[in-house]
Amino acid sequence: MSTALRHSERQIPDRLTRPAARALKSWESLLAIVAIGIFVLNAWASPYFLDPWNLSDASFNFTEKAMIAFAMAMLIIAGEIDLSVGAIIALASTVMGVAMTAGAPTPVLVLLGLGTGLACGAFNGMLVARFGLPSIVVTIGTMSLFRGISYIILGDGAFTGYPDSFAWFGQGYVFWVITVELVIFTLAALVFGVLLHRTSFGRTVYAIGNNSVAARFSGIRVDRVRFILFLLTGLMSGIAAICLTSRLGSTRPSIASGFELEVVTIVVLGGVSILGGSGSIVGVVLAALVMGLVTFGLGLLNVPGIVMSVVVGALLIAVIAVPRLWAMARAKSRKR
Amino acid sequence: MSLLKSRETILALAIAALLAAVASRFPGFVEPGNLARVLTDTSPLILLALGQMAVILTKCIDLSVAANLALCGMVAALMNGAGVPLPLILLAVTVLGAALGAVNGLLVWKLGIPSIVVTLGTMTIYRGTIFLMTDGAWINAHQMSEGFKAFPRAVVGGLPVMAWIGIAGVAGVALLLSRTPLGRAFYAVGGNPHAAVYAGISVGRTQFAAFVLSGALAGLTGYLWVARYAVAYVDIAGGFELDVVAACVIGGIAIAGGSGTVAGAVMGALFLGIIKNALPVVGISPFWQMAISGSAILIAIAFNTLGRREPGRIILRQAGAAE
Repeated sequence: MSTALRHSERQIPDRLTRPAARALKSWESLLAIVAIGIFVLNAWASPYFLDPWNLSDASFNFTEKAMIAFAMAMLIIAGEIDLSVGAIIALASTVMGVAMTAGAPTPVLVLLGLGTGLACGAFNGMLVARFGLPSIVVTIGTMSLFRGISYIILGDGAFTGYPDSFAWFGQGYVFWVITVELVIFTLAALVFGVLLHRTSFGRTVYAIGNNSVAARFSGIRVDRVRFILFLLTGLMSGIAAICLTSRLGSTRPSIASGFELEVVTIVVLGGVSILGGSGSIVGVVLAALVMGLVTFGLGLLNVPGIVMSVVVGALLIAVIAVPRLWAMARAKSRKR
Repeated sequence: MSLLKSRETILALAIAALLAAVASRFPGFVEPGNLARVLTDTSPLILLALGQMAVILTKCIDLSVAANLALCGMVAALMNGAGVPLPLILLAVTVLGAALGAVNGLLVWKLGIPSIVVTLGTMTIYRGTIFLMTDGAWINAHQMSEGFKAFPRAVVGGLPVMAWIGIAGVAGVALLLSRTPLGRAFYAVGGNPHAAVYAGISVGRTQFAAFVLSGALAGLTGYLWVARYAVAYVDIAGGFELDVVAACVIGGIAIAGGSGTVAGAVMGALFLGIIKNALPVVGISPFWQMAISGSAILIAIAFNTLGRREPGRIILRQAGAAE
């Protein structure tokens, strides 16, 4: 039995050996060290970095993207992907803008934002889970469709003049420098951490990502889990849309363009396998911090946004390439 | 009978219906002169769709084509500004495009990184490189030489050079796919990678070749784009990669690889090109374009996937009977 396990593609022993040693060598602890390193480097490079208000402002660099990244992590662990998250934000923001123009109060705007996110997620989920279409193409299609609807409604215009009470979500503070978005981010991290790592639903997500056929044969309702995951991603995109719209105070159809790249980068940087089956929420939280610190540090050094996106793109590739190069080099030296 | 059922026939009928619908109210749209304009306008999309098709055939996807196009277009404009003769520019951008495609291909081949991650990353890197080269500056029409701008528009035998390059691309890729070992390898690798290995085909090397082809076509199109619109800046052809993937999906290229035809890809591109050109004619805001191509992707993928889906298996007969 043990030899059979050793030869199988993925080893899934009942109990891992030496948990402490494994934890130290894990991707998450490496990320934590990198995060601390960048933090120290930033503090050394810029005298403005260690200001609490500055750091609080800096958190906006990752909170909205990280909220989506938690749901996206579960989706990618289950072997799917959603490239339409930025477009969902655009559509949700546009729907809120239309309602705002019609005079809807803040609670209605929030409900509409959440509802649009859920509806978009349900649409993606239906196409993938119910009709069995590949998620990459489906979400490339809905990415055009959702943002396209925003363009139809808005053209080259914009919605501005959101009510003052709506500004609380993206500009408000709960306590001292702790922003509302930071609180939502923390709550989302806890909820998704528990959901993925402490519930049977979370275990089924890993099972599906490792072998969806085996998961189906062991009685997991694979399509329903996939549908729920798309729904969750839509919901989190809706929440991010509320935060982003509230923070910017306006809606343009190009809002949140390129978010999908950064969200996927955070997830992959967090150690989630792009092929599915492994990853953790702790890793995603740390990756979000690393990304936030990098972009904020570069911002303090007056590096323009497009150069930052080059850094993000390079990071995305390097994060996957470096461990593989390392493994290849080790395999080569072992052969010798 | 099989000809009637094929995706290409259905797509051709859809295009004919689309043209007929537009022509019923605006007969000028289907005049030869205007159709030639539509073909010329769609040539960049056709060229990129051909390259994308080769990549998709091998079970990969190339999201960096539009950024590649923009980078090569900018390089072409810069070289023109430096006084480099046109033939040399054409050669240089094609080689540069192929090299950028080779970067994608190497990462997929040698490191086994999923192509969607690689090209999502290189997409931003290539576009960012334009900014690093130019500091975000534009190169406008008056900074380009007349010969540089005139070449794609020069009319030869009733059609502009740009349309001829599109047609040449179609012919070349059709020959490559049907008449060369590499072309057959694209299909073999996508159809069944394991069987391809046993047949002596290197999966990674074939994918690499597909990325190089896609990159080279994007590089060449970069020059055509910049010369035709007579402007080069960081954001040209932004989001164009989605149109390219859409053209392939509409054309019936299976995203799972191994199946698809040149005729399909070309008609997929023409379908989108006709819609794009017809929208202003029939008086619909161009802002509808994005949503329409999104819907077209979804309809096409649903049509393609549902048509060939295997029926489910009942593993517990009693439970099945009890329901």
